[in-house]
Amino acid sequence: MSGRHAPHWLSRNTVPLTMQRVIIALAPVTLCTLLWFGVGVISNLLLLVLFCAALEAAALTLRQRDVRAGLADCSAIVTALLLGLTLPPALPWWLLLVAAVFAIALAKHVYGGLGQNPFNPAMVGYLAVLIAFPDDVARWPQPAFAGMDQVDAVSAATPLDSIKMQLNQMRTMAEITAQPAFGLLAGRGWEWINLAALGGGLWLLRKQVISWHVPGSMLLTLAAAYFLLFAFTPATQPSPVIGLLSGGTMLAAFFIATDPVSGAASDTGKIIFGIGVALFCFGMRTWGAYPDGIAFAVLLMNTAVPLIDRWTAPRIYGHRERPR
Amino acid sequence: MRVPLSKIARPGWGIAFDTRGNSADLSALSLPERVCVPLQQHIGSAATPVVKPGDRVLTGQPLARAAANRLGAAVHAPLAGRVQAIARQPGPGRTGLAVSIESDGTDERWPGYTAHRDPLRLSTSALRSAVVQGGIVGLGGATFPAGVKLNRGSGVDTLILNGVECEPVISCDDALMRTDVDAMLLGAQIMLRILEADSCIVALKDGMADALQTVTTALQTLADDRFSIAILPPVYPAGGEAQLIELLTGREIPAGGLPWDSGAICQNVATAAAVAHLLRSGEPLISRIVTVTGAVVAPANFRVRIGTPISHLIAAAGGYTDTSSRQLIMGGPMMGIELPDDSLPVVKATNCIYVPTIDELPATAAELPCIRCGDCATACPAHLMPQLLLQAQATSDTERMQSLGLQDCIECGCCDYVCPSKIPLTRRFVAAKQELWDIAFEKRRAAKARERIAARTTRQQRQQQEQADQLAAQTHNVSDTDTAHQKLQELLQRTGADREDPS
Ligand code: SF4
Ligand code: SF4
Repeated sequence: MSGRHAPHWLSRNTVPLTMQRVIIALAPVTLCTLLWFGVGVISNLLLLVLFCAALEAAALTLRQRDVRAGLADCSAIVTALLLGLTLPPALPWWLLLVAAVFAIALAKHVYGGLGQNPFNPAMVGYLAVLIAFPDDVARWPQPAFAGMDQVDAVSAATPLDSIKMQLNQMRTMAEITAQPAFGLLAGRGWEWINLAALGGGLWLLRKQVISWHVPGSMLLTLAAAYFLLFAFTPATQPSPVIGLLSGGTMLAAFFIATDPVSGAASDTGKIIFGIGVALFCFGMRTWGAYPDGIAFAVLLMNTAVPLIDRWTAPRIYGHRERPR
Repeated sequence: MRVPLSKIARPGWGIAFDTRGNSADLSALSLPERVCVPLQQHIGSAATPVVKPGDRVLTGQPLARAAANRLGAAVHAPLAGRVQAIARQPGPGRTGLAVSIESDGTDERWPGYTAHRDPLRLSTSALRSAVVQGGIVGLGGATFPAGVKLNRGSGVDTLILNGVECEPVISCDDALMRTDVDAMLLGAQIMLRILEADSCIVALKDGMADALQTVTTALQTLADDRFSIAILPPVYPAGGEAQLIELLTGREIPAGGLPWDSGAICQNVATAAAVAHLLRSGEPLISRIVTVTGAVVAPANFRVRIGTPISHLIAAAGGYTDTSSRQLIMGGPMMGIELPDDSLPVVKATNCIYVPTIDELPATAAELPCIRCGDCATACPAHLMPQLLLQAQATSDTERMQSLGLQDCIECGCCDYVCPSKIPLTRRFVAAKQELWDIAFEKRRAAKARERIAARTTRQQRQQQEQADQLAAQTHNVSDTDTAHQKLQELLQRTGADREDPS
């Protein structure tokens, strides 16, 4: 009799709108990265967007899905941008292609496409090339604001890297942060990139694209962990401020760990997810072999998601116990 | 006397709709020329007609009584006139027997009811049977027969008068509180007496300033210290029974239980007023307030006789506007049902006729895969995880669906509303529930049939044994062949009788 089924009103929120907002929120951090690392960032981003979109279209065609709808949801673009912002600038095209293949073809479409991937595609792509080509991927050039005051054009360690190396050489934090590679708050350039990501992230929070649970718990845990060690041994530990404004911290907190598909379902689950990412990341930064453990941390927590979802299912109205 | 007033904080679930400016005042409505009164307007069974075509009926005269020992409610003539037909007619949401009456314009009252000056002095059983006789059902939309809910000794200590109007655009409860507050409060006192409960919370929505003022003043005059007022946030579905009980008392209706198992029940403000009208002025449930809103020229609230064609209301509201989507929804935008056309009658459940404008209805967006954003789980007032339910539904995993709480879904539609992938979750859950119900029904039927067969077999075996014993005792004077023949005859008779056995 009646074609329409309640509810007759639907919110205006859609997946493409969500993704477009994420892209807009990435603008400040993209701009900042561009300012400090030059045009190599642009070539990375352009190539990755191209590769990811092409791979997405190819995968959808192979899987006999609607290619236009699949591209229109913009999720491949978001993956491309996140990859581009976590990889050092001006990488060779073939390396970017490998990253895109791992992210889109393997991590996403092999598992069934949008919504089905248990792992964060961008992080899978990043880790694949980091492990395969560590010399290209682990090293970043010295940041130089708008190409001026070129300190050292050759690839060097990131601030996190150099802190770790120099601490091993028995330098103190005070000595290290006095070096020109450090700015007001943290690594020169990096501090601005992180602040820009924070700004974009806060806008996403305000637009309710993401909830506070993951970034809140992750950043608080990270700050607390840094603070604990720092309070006892301030001379040989980076401060919480450095910890929060280095590497991909803010990008991960607001844009990567908040990926809904590979994240936990319930609010409590999201808090646990954030805490887990922070702890793994802190552990790897402090004691691990890689300077920035964020990608590992996110993927590790991705594997824990089914478990977290079972533990944290909310108690249903009228029931005494949680569903199992 | 100061009336206790509490403000309830916004819950984490639900959808916050901004309270729209509504025209809550009652507008005049002429009597329709004819009405069509469905005999089943509620859950339970259809009422049994007590009039026949050609009869002249008076306003308020019983047309049909509730089927004995079944859940149901009586229906009454909404106006005076001649019964034209009792036939199957399409009604809103269900087709079934309906009584058509052509008005004779007199609106002459049926004298069969007693009006009580002070209904509160009647015995509780007299009050309760009056509620049943008067065909009073919950007027919030679910139309649960009120007599069933008003049970002495059910352990209910709190009566919640629900004026929250949880769906946006509806304002009939607002209008009722503003225009009929004394009846509402008397009705509540009557209900409290039937229930032997000692507290009544009048629940309103934030933003109903005039209604709040009216209710407060009336309660001050009444000076009954069992009453208090609670103001609910404008969150859908805060006015749902289970949610309202939770928000106001902190208690929950236990899973699989009935509302009164929580110790509190909700009655719509209009239901309370209907109870008072019945006992004080001898008027059964023959009218209700209906909101007509959306793309009509003059949105309004009307007091409408049950059975009035919806087109009559639309005309009274000035007709459709240009921006009308030409869709008709009975109820609100979240849970209302779509009606095929406006010739259908208003029934006891019709709280609102909503004509969406073209851009209020979403274009049918392509459904995308679930991105596990969790928005649906955040919005779900039953604390379900619709995204996981959806997964289980996709793989037809009924067991998992049940453990995820499929039966606890109240079909509020919040999950659909927020879903960025535009997945029709509610519709799927409703279908899955229906399927489970069908399976359970089949199982019950099969089990019953098995029991019957088993019972018959044992009975037959017993009978055979008895006959054999008797025969053994009689063999001294009857030949063997005769015995065998007689035995067969008897057996045949008994099995024949068995077949008639209704057990
Ligand atoms: S709101 Fe829709 S997309 Fe988001 S988790 Fe629920 S079903 Fe999936
Ligand atoms: S329709 Fe069911 S699952 Fe969806 S929000 Fe309402 S109660 Fe929850």
